[in-house]
Amino acid sequence: MNASAGHGASVRIEACGKTFIDGTRALEPATLDIARGETLVLLGPSGCGKTTMLRIIAGLELPDAGGKVLFDGNDMTSVPIERRNVGMVFQSYALFPNMSVSDNIGYGLKIRGVPAKERAARVAELVALTNIAGLENRRIDQLSGGQRQRVALARAVAIRPGILLLDEPLTALDAALRDRLRGELNRLLRALGITTIYVTHDQAEAMELGDRVVVMQKGTIAQIGTPREIYFTPQSRFVAEFIGAANIIESPIENGYLVLPGGRQAIGIDANFPTVVAMIRPETIRVVETGSAPLSGVIDSISFIGDRQRLVISGVSNRLFTVDAPNTVQAKAGERVGLLISPEAVRLLPSES
Amino acid sequence: MSHRSFVWLCLLPLAVVTAAFFLLPMARLVVTGAEGPQGAAGYLAILTEPRYRATLINTVALAAATTIVTLIVATIAGMFLQRHRFPGRAVLIAMLTFPLAFPGVVIGFLIILLAGRQGLIGDLSNRVLGEKLVFAYSIYGLFLGYLYFSIPRVILTIMAAVQKLDVGLEEAARSLGASPWAVQRDVVLPALAPAFVASGAIAFATAMGAFGTAFTLATNIDVLPMLIYTEFTLAANFSTSAALSVGLGIITWFILALARSFSGSAVAAAG
Repeated sequence: MNASAGHGASVRIEACGKTFIDGTRALEPATLDIARGETLVLLGPSGCGKTTMLRIIAGLELPDAGGKVLFDGNDMTSVPIERRNVGMVFQSYALFPNMSVSDNIGYGLKIRGVPAKERAARVAELVALTNIAGLENRRIDQLSGGQRQRVALARAVAIRPGILLLDEPLTALDAALRDRLRGELNRLLRALGITTIYVTHDQAEAMELGDRVVVMQKGTIAQIGTPREIYFTPQSRFVAEFIGAANIIESPIENGYLVLPGGRQAIGIDANFPTVVAMIRPETIRVVETGSAPLSGVIDSISFIGDRQRLVISGVSNRLFTVDAPNTVQAKAGERVGLLISPEAVRLLPSES
Repeated sequence: MSHRSFVWLCLLPLAVVTAAFFLLPMARLVVTGAEGPQGAAGYLAILTEPRYRATLINTVALAAATTIVTLIVATIAGMFLQRHRFPGRAVLIAMLTFPLAFPGVVIGFLIILLAGRQGLIGDLSNRVLGEKLVFAYSIYGLFLGYLYFSIPRVILTIMAAVQKLDVGLEEAARSLGASPWAVQRDVVLPALAPAFVASGAIAFATAMGAFGTAFTLATNIDVLPMLIYTEFTLAANFSTSAALSVGLGIITWFILALARSFSGSAVAAAG
């Protein structure tokens, strides 16, 4: 076992699908490689198959016949979870209510027969690492949500797992705490350098934590890429809309211009199509005087967010158009404004459903 | 009328009923127990008089054995029934809980049909071993009857507790390397502890005080409720039967309190 190197194992899942007894297809056969030390995020709405994929990797579900799970090239498909040496953090945390915080963290070591002294040292190390000093003798029901999350992480990491698996570890927390713990978790995962697979439905978490993000939809992999690739070059309308905010436009192209109710927008290539699907991110659009832009629309509403303001504009395309403007821009609802969009900011998407 | 006096007024019927049908007879019972020839020392006779003491020990031992065996059987069965779906499951659960409605007399009757002089077990052992096995009228028959009586009550409580158990706890223990046995020992059984205490208490108290079954099987059995009955109706010894009744109540209550305090930490932790 190479866990002491702090980089864990590489993972390969090969043609892993999952059909439940009642016939529901939770996961279409998928193949995926996860490099040693990489943090991979499985992202998607509920029911997209991301948790099923995690549970197959963990050994809590068997893939359908033909599917294989390999750790460091060794076939683990039929090895039960208790012998896979994976650390797992559950959405509910699943901390043992009949044990203290330190007994929870040390449980995996106790099961492995690690002597009490060595165990105590390792527990102390993790208590320091996860910043929960002073809570060692507390019962679980005496902890806050954030503290529980840290204990669950410490318990999973204590056994020096080859792979760390996290199933929506921040979902149960309130928004402010979630943001803070996300940063903390990121630093911790980088420090541990262990192979990590992280399941979430929150794209902000996926962006911040993932070396690579797997966007999933209805049991299939929609796109795999770095957070930047996923954000700037989505390969489908689903990915474009699921990651960040996106204006989706369906319109014809004439001589390299999108023809819209609010004007014409250059796309940077000379082409003609009867109809295309295009995406424009709200922050790539500049609000200007009506006369100085080819596109214009009427401000429907303004939401002041603080660091920026979000304008909803009608009359540009067939649906409402979202624009993120600097917080210094003076604008009023009902006002007609011009919109300046560089041709590179327009991304054409395959015109599927 | 102030809000407070309204609440007191609402509590009045409860207070009257409690006083008339619970406190007053209880007080009378306690007083009667001290009105025998020995006075208040009559209570001590429960412990000093060899026949009474033997009966008391018998009763507690029987109730404890019933409770422990019931918990073991009901836990295994309840866990299986809650976790598995199979054809006939609903029918099986219905059958297991069927005896809930039976009075002790019927339970005693069933035991006689099973292990009495004309019983099933006697017939079978007569054919196979050439000897008639009859134990319905002994303490073993009574034990069997109490088991039959207690298992349905306990099984339902355990099933409800198992249903509430977070499967994630077991998965977490397994991910940390725990074998199936270790998962049961370290996670499942501690989490079920409150259900064990609650349903075990009912099984124990029922076994301590059950009369109908003992009365039906009769003859060779000395348990406290039977002793109280004979002292009361046959010997017309009111003070002794009152003292024994109070003793039965206090001992049951004390043992239940003890069990609760022992499992107190587990109960609090699992809550």
